[in-house]
Amino acid sequence: MSQKPQPQKPPARPSPLSALLVRDLRIGRRIGGAVSMGVVFFLCLVTVTPFAVGPDQALLARIGPAILWIAALLATLLGLDRLFQGDAEDGSLDLFLMSETPLELIVLVKCLAHWLLTGLPLVAASPIFGLMLGLQPAELARVVASLIVGTPALTLLGAVGAALTVSLRRGGLLLAVLILPLSVPVLIFGVAAAGDPVVGFKTPFLILCGLTLAAVALTPFAAAAALRHGVD
Amino acid sequence: MQIEASALSVERGGRVIFAGLGFQLAAGQALLVKGPNGAGKSTLLRALAGLLPLAQGEIRINPPAEARLDHDDFGSIRSKIMNVIGSKNLERDSGEKPGSTFSHPARAELCHYIGHADALKPALTLAENLSFYAALLGGGDIAPALARLGLAGIADLPAGYLSAGQKRRAALARLVAVPRPIWLLDEPLTALDATSQTVVGDLMQAHLNSGGLIVAATHAPLPIAARDLVLGRPL
Repeated sequence: MSQKPQPQKPPARPSPLSALLVRDLRIGRRIGGAVSMGVVFFLCLVTVTPFAVGPDQALLARIGPAILWIAALLATLLGLDRLFQGDAEDGSLDLFLMSETPLELIVLVKCLAHWLLTGLPLVAASPIFGLMLGLQPAELARVVASLIVGTPALTLLGAVGAALTVSLRRGGLLLAVLILPLSVPVLIFGVAAAGDPVVGFKTPFLILCGLTLAAVALTPFAAAAALRHGVD
Repeated sequence: MQIEASALSVERGGRVIFAGLGFQLAAGQALLVKGPNGAGKSTLLRALAGLLPLAQGEIRINPPAEARLDHDDFGSIRSKIMNVIGSKNLERDSGEKPGSTFSHPARAELCHYIGHADALKPALTLAENLSFYAALLGGGDIAPALARLGLAGIADLPAGYLSAGQKRRAALARLVAVPRPIWLLDEPLTALDATSQTVVGDLMQAHLNSGGLIVAATHAPLPIAARDLVLGRPL
């Protein structure tokens, strides 16, 4: 796992990885929808829940962190099937494979760009949605902290599913089925860190950090292997 | 630099596309892959690019001492690989260097592959698309490449608005922007007008003159001197 440090940048030309990050952020910004779709989906779930559960403020505040985490999980999965599909369809993936930059690092940077476009807006919106569910300020801080640490793991796990389903036209459902079991540990410790009054904040939060770090270290290899296999 | 392919066999979906294919190509030579639809022209190019696994056979690239590999661009590629892979593999890698055979990933980094897809993002401008690939593939300045293919005037246009021929030229501009010794071209002249065909022909001839290699799959005649490799009917 000694592959984490970024490669030495050659002095003259822009680094391939920073160029890739800029490219993906630009595409996401120009096409639009990537940022707003996740947040609006998040908003829908949070808005609908009080109607389904009933107007019991205490109950809502108790299950609020769980609702926010489920909404974040589903919103993250929503756009992930397109993570590599566009590049596979238009031939960019072939060129990724023919560059000297390892595909694992390319996967990691694409996940970073995807998280900045979809995960970070969710984290930023979560305090407002938490207020709508009647969470206390202290709980809001815990929810934000757990989401900012946990959603990268969801994106990275989803990248493995996206790589496996890259050649399927409607791979989104299969991706969700593949990835949901893997994301259960993240969900458990994320919700615990966000709002479990018994176990406290620190232990589940640190385990959540560990899960995310493990995802950073391992999933790029799995996703890159799946992409190499699927490229023909 | 020389490509030596022997007894190549590629299968797709459990079906043998071609088998027992071999050829040699030296620096400054071009190979024209011909054959009916489905004969495996594109498959051969993708296999040469390292994008498809070989069922059998071997592709060797033998760089002679004075090859363009000593050029800065290609030297830095190797050092960069070693940087990224880390010290453990470095010994194996540098142990391989004095030998004449390049491993599979190194081969991909010597090749340009222009496939059917133009690999352009419709949301990005032409210049943004090309400068990304220049950074990714390790190239330099994109302005000469855009000018050479007559794209300088539309460099600020989103690639989604371009015509098929303009997109093709944008893909071919990668050849100029990033110097790599082996060009694998799949139907390079598709959708190009007569003027552009001449420009691309000149580019190919200049590449051959400077010691490059070209393998092109095409139905149309190419304006360069080339040997033919005719693939048979599909089985």
